[in-house]
Amino acid sequence: MLYDIGTVFWRDWVVLKRRLPKFILSRMVAPMLYLVAFGWGLGRNIQVGSGSYIDFLVPGIMALNSMNISYNSLTPLCTERVYHRSIGEYIIAPVSPSSFIIGKILAAVLRGLISSAIILALALAFGANIHINLGFLMVLVLNCVVFAEVGFLAALSMDSFEELSQVNTYILLPMSFLCGTFFTTATLPDIIRIFIDILPLTHTSYLLRGIAMENPVAWGSVAVLVIYAIIGFILDHRAYNNQLK
Amino acid sequence: MIKIENLVKEFTIKNEHKKQVKTLAVDNLSLSVQDGEIFGLLGPNGAGKTTTIRMLTMEMEATAGNIEYQGCSIKEHPIDIKKMIGVVPQNINFDNDLTVGENMELHAKLHHMSAADRKRKIAEMLDFVELSQTINLMPRALSGGMKRRLLIARALIHEPKILFMDEPTVALDPQVRRRIWDLIRNLSAQGTTVVLTTHYIEEAEALCNRVAIINKGRLVAIDTPENFCNRMGRFAVEWDGTEGRQYQFFDSRKEAAAFAGELEHGVRIRKTNLEDAFIELTGRREGV
Repeated sequence: MLYDIGTVFWRDWVVLKRRLPKFILSRMVAPMLYLVAFGWGLGRNIQVGSGSYIDFLVPGIMALNSMNISYNSLTPLCTERVYHRSIGEYIIAPVSPSSFIIGKILAAVLRGLISSAIILALALAFGANIHINLGFLMVLVLNCVVFAEVGFLAALSMDSFEELSQVNTYILLPMSFLCGTFFTTATLPDIIRIFIDILPLTHTSYLLRGIAMENPVAWGSVAVLVIYAIIGFILDHRAYNNQLK
Repeated sequence: MIKIENLVKEFTIKNEHKKQVKTLAVDNLSLSVQDGEIFGLLGPNGAGKTTTIRMLTMEMEATAGNIEYQGCSIKEHPIDIKKMIGVVPQNINFDNDLTVGENMELHAKLHHMSAADRKRKIAEMLDFVELSQTINLMPRALSGGMKRRLLIARALIHEPKILFMDEPTVALDPQVRRRIWDLIRNLSAQGTTVVLTTHYIEEAEALCNRVAIINKGRLVAIDTPENFCNRMGRFAVEWDGTEGRQYQFFDSRKEAAAFAGELEHGVRIRKTNLEDAFIELTGRREGV
């Protein structure tokens, strides 16, 4: 199984390696804009608790960016399935569905982590002061896993880029702004806050921010992300098996 | 041996009123394929050939029925069976983000070949289909014929015991088609079982040891091409009748000549071929 996961990962690594400079450059644009607009521009004179707004902002940007990158890393699977039909090569190969799903998710996690490293480097250049440790990295990985699973599910369930972009428009974009990334959810009306607190990105934002500010880890949030990851894997498995129907 | 028993595939589709209706693509199909033979699946468009191949290669689940390879059910040993089959799909399905060589490498890795074997077999197979010079090109840079040859090369890298070919020579020029025929014969001579679907009846006639004619998902008949022709009558008389071209079959040339003597327009006497059998068994209007 490990060998098969490695093979599936290898394919995505070959493609990523060929486009790595372009990938890195393109991934710098959005976080740079967020940091300039919200960190330097709007947030210059804002204090959050005892720290600066940019220290508050960076974990949120890392959460939303790793969400977007890991989700969008797997949406090309839709084209591979519907137009090129190259996914058939995996289906007829002696490879288990789990190996295929895990290999793809790991490749998306790698992209998410590279992207997060770029943001971190930019944030430090912008003067942010955040504490990074293994827990921070693990939460990022978990976030990438959850949203890579969402990307896999969407790519195997939807038949066009138009449908996939609706996930971006109606789910990811609102989450990017509302899930504790740019501001704390505590200021939102209760009914909205309760809903937003269920969403995985909210937990990632608060976990990353907590670790970055050297607060104790909120294990309840870790558990929520793990539950999302398990449910996502089960749904991905089901979506893969639906290809055989 | 491949044994198919009571295979059924039912699809749910939306009709013109957007209501979900069930349609049978394969209806209680049973047949067996012997080791080392070239076996053809013939049928008009929509007969269920590709669906049958996709179920045999485990790209699609059957609604009911069973498929066994050498006595092992695909439900119980899917991974083991996948190791011994190769598939040339009807659609060109290369990974367009990988080069030709990387596509081959991916296939070899998916079949757990060692690094040394991968390198040797990829070079050997690309040489075999005369595409060695394309190893660093992207698949989109290849012509249709080159892509078809590459599909075959890819399917053979891991030396499958059974090769499925779904319309392997569709849209190819006659020269390339003949080369692929030679390749299929060579594989069979080396002991590989080949199961192919084709629209070209002369292809089935030229290549197949046995042919199954299927129509509307059902097995209509199964036999050697020669026996199909003999069953019809070895000689055909065709002529221009009131309802277009008409055909009549006879066991001897003498009988055929006697019948032809009574006809007036566009009469021709010839040997019966598989196409005659195919049309008689599937109906003249099918596939139109």
